[in-house]
Amino acid sequence: MYPRDRKYTKEHEWVLLEADGDAVVGITSYAQEQLGDIVFVDLPSPGTRLAQFQKLGEVESVKAVSDLYSPVAGEVLEANARLVQHPELLNQDPHGAAWLVRLGGVDKADLENLLSAKAYDQLLARQA
Amino acid sequence: MVTHLQRSPLHASHLAHGARMVPFAAWELPLQFAGIIAEVRAVRSASGLFDVSHMGRLGVRGPQAAGLLDWALTAPIPSLAVGRARYTLACSTDGGILDDAVVYRSGPEEYLLVCNAANRDTVWRWLLRWQTERFGDAALEDRTLDTAMVALQGPQAPALLERLASGVAGGLTSFGCAQAQVLGWPTVVSRTGYTGEDGFELILAAEGAPRLWERLVEMGAAPCGLGARDLLRLEAGLLLHGADMDSAANPFEAGLERFVALDKESAASAALRRIRQEGVRRKLTGFQMVERGIPRHGYAIVHLGAAVGTVTSGGYSPTLDRSVGLGYVPVELAQPGTRFAVDVRGRLVEAQAVSLPFYSRRRK
Repeated sequence: MYPRDRKYTKEHEWVLLEADGDAVVGITSYAQEQLGDIVFVDLPSPGTRLAQFQKLGEVESVKAVSDLYSPVAGEVLEANARLVQHPELLNQDPHGAAWLVRLGGVDKADLENLLSAKAYDQLLARQA
Repeated sequence: MVTHLQRSPLHASHLAHGARMVPFAAWELPLQFAGIIAEVRAVRSASGLFDVSHMGRLGVRGPQAAGLLDWALTAPIPSLAVGRARYTLACSTDGGILDDAVVYRSGPEEYLLVCNAANRDTVWRWLLRWQTERFGDAALEDRTLDTAMVALQGPQAPALLERLASGVAGGLTSFGCAQAQVLGWPTVVSRTGYTGEDGFELILAAEGAPRLWERLVEMGAAPCGLGARDLLRLEAGLLLHGADMDSAANPFEAGLERFVALDKESAASAALRRIRQEGVRRKLTGFQMVERGIPRHGYAIVHLGAAVGTVTSGGYSPTLDRSVGLGYVPVELAQPGTRFAVDVRGRLVEAQAVSLPFYSRRRK
């Protein structure tokens, strides 16, 4: 079961709305498993404005490149510098230390376009 | 649609060891087991085990076997001694590279050609053509599906092989080959590989392969997939046919001229002599990325604002902890030290030509 505290996209990103209204974005454990050893992460600079489902960056494994999409609209407040230095963190802790960006100015209504943990589990079950 | 993929005799072992399987050259093969980077490190530091049963294994024997191979391949065959193997190319009559292969001489009139899976039919037809036209006293036999082939690679490979077949490893120098009994099966063992490490390749009856695989894994060899194999060969500067060269490239462009004997008559010799005399305009070069970014097959190489070449292979090298690639560039840009850029999905990332190999093991 994926963490219930956040919402998911069909493209295997997650977004967690924090108490202060900021949103933290990452990719799911399923995504990192499918990608294999991750060796490169490209993230947007602070100040970048993203629309919902707009391309946010890229993650590259030994074998393939994948685009990352922002689950919600917002302004990039912080990109995870430690992750850029240590892309392998994405394989180790995708739901925690390997978050991608922190977004501000998020509209909660965007969350309604996303999947609950339960719906995401069902999506994975169908793909298995 | 994915139907009728050929399965290796080791298919069940791969599934039991948790392989992620992928289609490759009409075969279903492991992409990875524990993970590509872990597998690369195992081969560089200890030992890894690869199922290479998909490689074509074509037997050529008879009084005209040597004549046929000497005509069909770029290597000099008469000088190949019994118990030796040699890397070679099959070039067409226009000099294009049909495939690269290793030719083994296992007896006075007994040869084995190990070629790429994707080119097995091409090489078979190429040999058959010259057998039919000129060398009728050579017999051809495709042994690919009756046999299995396993590569044991890494610094610990000799010690592991010694435990399975005493005295075999010590009797083989690089590119030596011998017949041996391994776990009761007659096996062709050669000191060859595609990783840049010391190691062996073993060819035996398909039925004998699963036990050999299990024994080597029990002894500590890490099962490795195609992902690790591709990175290891790239680090070692070894080319992949279908990516780094094909029938539209000649050996001089691909930097493989040292494998071409120009002082013999062969199907390709007239074309190859002409190409050498005329010279080439593009060359395959190794390069490393100066800025962050990973080059991939098909990306454009850009110089002074113009696309001047194409990346043929590329990736992140775990051993060197940097991204490296191979690609064709105009001859003047192939000099080590020359700077150019790679178009990484719309972003120009600076790269520098370097001499091959990227990685070379320390020899004892």
